[in-house]
Amino acid sequence: MLRYIFRRLLGAIPTLFLIVTTAFFLIRIAPGGPFDAERALEPSVLANLNAYFHLDKPLYQQYFLYLWNLLQGDMGPSFFRRDFSVQELLAAGLPASITLGTLALLTAIVFGSILGCIAALRQNSWIDYTVVATATFGITVPNFVVAPLLALVFGVWLNLLPAGGWNGGAPANLVMPVIALALPQVAVIARMIRGAMIEALRSDHVRTARAYGLPTRMIVVTHSLRAAALPAVSYLGPAAAGLLTGSIVIEQIFGLPGIGREFVNAALSRDYTLVMGTVIVIAVFVLIFNLIVDILYAALDPRVRYE
Amino acid sequence: MADIQIDELDLGTSRSLWATAWLRLRKNKAAMVSLGVLIIYVLIGIFGPMMTPYGHDQTFRDFTREPASLERYPRVDEIVPAAERVVTRSRLQAEEIVLDGDTITITATSRREMDERVTRYIDRSDIFSNTRILEMSDDNLRVTMQADVNRYLFIFGTDTNGRDQLARLAIAIRISLLVGAAATVVALAIGVLYGAIAGFIGGMTDNIMMRIVDILYSLPFIFFVILLVVFFGNNVFLMFIAIGAIEWLDMARIVRGQTLSLRRREFVSAAEAMGVRPISIVKRHIIPNTLGPVIVYTTLMVPKVILLESFLSFLGLGVQNPLTSLGLMISEGSRDIQGTPYLLIYPALALTILLFALNFLGDGLRDALDPKDR
Amino acid sequence: MLFQPLKKTLQAATIAVACAGAVSAEVYMRGNDSDPETLDQHKTSTVVEANLLRDLYEGLVIYNTRAEVIPGVATDWTISDDGLVYTFNLREDARWSNGDPVTAGDFVFSLNRIMEPATAAKYANILYPIKGAEAINKGEGEGIEMGVRAVDDTTLEITLEQPTPFFIELLTHQTALPLHPASVEEHGDAFVRPGNMVSNGAYTLVSFTPNDKIVMQKNEMFHDAENVAIEEVHFIPFEDRANCARRFEAGEVHSCSDIAAEQIGDLRDRLGDRVRVAPYLGVYYYGVNSAREPFDDVRIRQALSMTMDREFLAEEIWSGAMLPAYSWVPPGIGNYVDEQPTLDYADLPMLDREDRAIELMIEAGYGPDNPLDVEISYNTSENHERTANAIADMWAPLGVNVTYQVRDASAHYAMLRDDKIHDVARAGWIGDYSDPQNFLFLNRADNPGFNYGAYDNPEYDGLLDQAAATVDLEERAQILAEAEAMFLRDVPQIPILFYSSKSLVSDQLSGWDDNIQNVHPTRFLSLSN
Repeated sequence: MLRYIFRRLLGAIPTLFLIVTTAFFLIRIAPGGPFDAERALEPSVLANLNAYFHLDKPLYQQYFLYLWNLLQGDMGPSFFRRDFSVQELLAAGLPASITLGTLALLTAIVFGSILGCIAALRQNSWIDYTVVATATFGITVPNFVVAPLLALVFGVWLNLLPAGGWNGGAPANLVMPVIALALPQVAVIARMIRGAMIEALRSDHVRTARAYGLPTRMIVVTHSLRAAALPAVSYLGPAAAGLLTGSIVIEQIFGLPGIGREFVNAALSRDYTLVMGTVIVIAVFVLIFNLIVDILYAALDPRVRYE
Repeated sequence: MADIQIDELDLGTSRSLWATAWLRLRKNKAAMVSLGVLIIYVLIGIFGPMMTPYGHDQTFRDFTREPASLERYPRVDEIVPAAERVVTRSRLQAEEIVLDGDTITITATSRREMDERVTRYIDRSDIFSNTRILEMSDDNLRVTMQADVNRYLFIFGTDTNGRDQLARLAIAIRISLLVGAAATVVALAIGVLYGAIAGFIGGMTDNIMMRIVDILYSLPFIFFVILLVVFFGNNVFLMFIAIGAIEWLDMARIVRGQTLSLRRREFVSAAEAMGVRPISIVKRHIIPNTLGPVIVYTTLMVPKVILLESFLSFLGLGVQNPLTSLGLMISEGSRDIQGTPYLLIYPALALTILLFALNFLGDGLRDALDPKDR
Repeated sequence: MLFQPLKKTLQAATIAVACAGAVSAEVYMRGNDSDPETLDQHKTSTVVEANLLRDLYEGLVIYNTRAEVIPGVATDWTISDDGLVYTFNLREDARWSNGDPVTAGDFVFSLNRIMEPATAAKYANILYPIKGAEAINKGEGEGIEMGVRAVDDTTLEITLEQPTPFFIELLTHQTALPLHPASVEEHGDAFVRPGNMVSNGAYTLVSFTPNDKIVMQKNEMFHDAENVAIEEVHFIPFEDRANCARRFEAGEVHSCSDIAAEQIGDLRDRLGDRVRVAPYLGVYYYGVNSAREPFDDVRIRQALSMTMDREFLAEEIWSGAMLPAYSWVPPGIGNYVDEQPTLDYADLPMLDREDRAIELMIEAGYGPDNPLDVEISYNTSENHERTANAIADMWAPLGVNVTYQVRDASAHYAMLRDDKIHDVARAGWIGDYSDPQNFLFLNRADNPGFNYGAYDNPEYDGLLDQAAATVDLEERAQILAEAEAMFLRDVPQIPILFYSSKSLVSDQLSGWDDNIQNVHPTRFLSLSN
């Protein structure tokens, strides 16, 4: 197992290199630069700035310079937010993103599983239909509609929760963003668990267990849920990436200091180093998540073995 | 019962497979209703923009941000004030305005001399037309005119530019369906071909090809889409490609899995033994036989793509006006929920119903085509 | 186990009930447009930073709540007869937040630092009127001394290249703020960090969390500290203006620095005079590329300008958040004539304008049978998009076919500066200081960065040069007005709207006066319950 993890980590290096290289050149062929804004700069001032950020050097030199610095763990200064280095900005944004993402994922798994189980055990009853309909609703309503509605209802009208802001990650400030972020995932997981569970309930070993007179709840827990968890786990990798994307919108609407918002701002202001930094961090996250998913898979399914 | 059907599936020719699937689908009420809804949407997408009373880019400057209503605009009590506004905007002074059913009589004075062209000022408004002069004083400083009152129906209201939301909704449905379909076609084409080739050739090639898919999976693709759109402009065509380029990965995996199992089947071996070229085998035998799961997956991919497009629209990176999509309308509407809720509700409803239909149809198809894989 | 998160959520909800709406009266929660690019006054260029730095530092002169220039660190000043030498007397009791006195030497240090090429200051050119500054900033400064001198600790002398009547106004800009030489020498570029920063304004920097908030506390060393009412300010960045409005309504912030245009009407209905819309020193315009055929024909440019229904754009498209513009220089600006030149069709009814415009187009060879294709370029924004859509609609009777080219801001302005491949392009200009020169210089032939109309009129440039050499303010105003009239006749850039500042201001906040520069220093504000 350890060897497998090691091999996977080793395999991630060329992937990362590919991502860094693609991102680097992709940003550079984009029209406009970090110093093009509504206020045009004096040519002399622009020359000073370009020299300061080494933008006056040939592109390949900038690329190797960037790689060299990156290898030493230096992502460079931010072009746009000049009081910070890229690492500092990422370090400031990551706690919010990770907190949000993790809580949303946990919420989605817990509520998704519960709803999915209930629906499966009461298949074709009104409970089942309600769950399926609600779940579908969760997938179909974009979160940029759900989020402002939540903020309006609970923040402004009822004044129960803060309408926005981070406030050091206070629980009250987290409730609405987490719900808005988790909602579509709850829906997906509930549907998935329901489907897998119905099948597991019909399968031979559950029938056998029932025939032996084991209580229904035991059967559900020991057999069905385990089988049902497999597709849900394999969904987690893409789901984690989905949460990162979803959080761009949520961060913007609730005004939270995460890296999704940072990324969009950086891309729009051509903050080359900051774009690179966010892309790298997100890629690392996706790689790690995929690895975790594969390991979980092996743990849950005895047929899968890693050598 | 279920077991027998599976056997049929395994043995049967493609005709009976489709026939059985259709029979099963017809029993699924939710799926059938969804299919009906979907057909209505497609019809709206094709014919809707031609049938709406006003064009999607036609603006009514007198009717901006009018709430949705079954009553015609302007309301009766708004006509006289509207006429006053028109008169003032024409730099005239209104003396008397009388409304009589669908005609209005305006008496106005001016400090400058007027001529018969003065009627154009009144005609200019969306509300009044066919203005004629009833009486002009001798010094040309006082005029009495009569005009017909036009009244409009905006059942979904109008936006800030004074565009009919019904017409916008029709064109939005067309664009959203097009985006969904086009991106899906791109993903289908790449994914099916890639997966079929990898699965068919197998061995080292398969290994390498799937390794590439794995690598691509770990790229933060949505970020690359944002970068692409930001850098190369809001080009709908580019968006199809970008979205399609993300979505083909799943498709490739599914098709490869199918192909691997088909590869061992007798009819493929037979074809190979007869010396049929591999490319023909892929075309004639492999791809047609993977259609089931592919269709299921496709119905589930369309809603994903439509949502992705709406997400890009929210960031201001999607379709550009005067064209519009459901996502764009929703993101515009969500900016002022309290002031103009009707700008959000109707497109949101339209999108939700569409996605509901696609999801239920996808589920139904999955159940019908492949009862084992739920 | 499974119910743990639910319980947590419930707990969270209970806590929330307890704290919702609990904004402490001593802390002023202040919405800002976004995070600053930097808190280094020499590297800044936007109003976002101006709002922050105005609270942290005090310049030689400052704005009061009505945007009038009043003495800051300088108590008074004299100007030599030739308008070249300014002598400032500094107040004795000015202190840095660490207790050091603020001296004339600090200003000399600061003005030298911004001009050094190595500082890479974005907006150094605003201070180019100072003698020697331009040469030094361009790296041609071998042996050149800046015209800035500390006569003694409390006397500062600034010598200019040529008379600049708006120089005092210029010193209100954040680039002219002093910085504490010792901490710059000790920390280098990191002097802006919380803990390192030493400032001389009413507030000191406590913390800066990117995308979250910037916290400032009252500076007890400030010479006027006893009259500063608010103890603590939190500046909160809001890229999403609807978010600020929601938090304002929920009672979580006391003021918003901007309102989304589409929300203004609705917010006015609900919040009444807490919605503040005031004229602002800025113009929203379309540059018509007069270097390209057929836009080199003044008749076409005039026809395009004539048919714009500016009242409709201001009232309906921008919901009253803009004012119709019939001149280039915003009204209410300082150092200008009373009767400003305007477009001569300003008072004509739209229909007559349209008739005239159609005639002009026919003369130029265009009409419904021979339509003119115009591409409008604008940067991504819903409001720009709606404006462009509406203008296209207004141009339709002229036989103009409009297509759109949308780029994000960076690409849009890079195109305008370098490639200039536009037909008609949207742009906007917010004045740095209240003087018509700050608007008219945009159209000089030697100003490619802003001259989006590719205006090349030696006569116009000559008038501006002449004005620059004129010391008498009234005479200078006349010359500038003549230049503006000439510009409006040629309309290489079509003024469409004048900006308004749009703010939400809580009833708890007093001292917030609407003004044309949209400056509201926290030191003059106070909070009540």
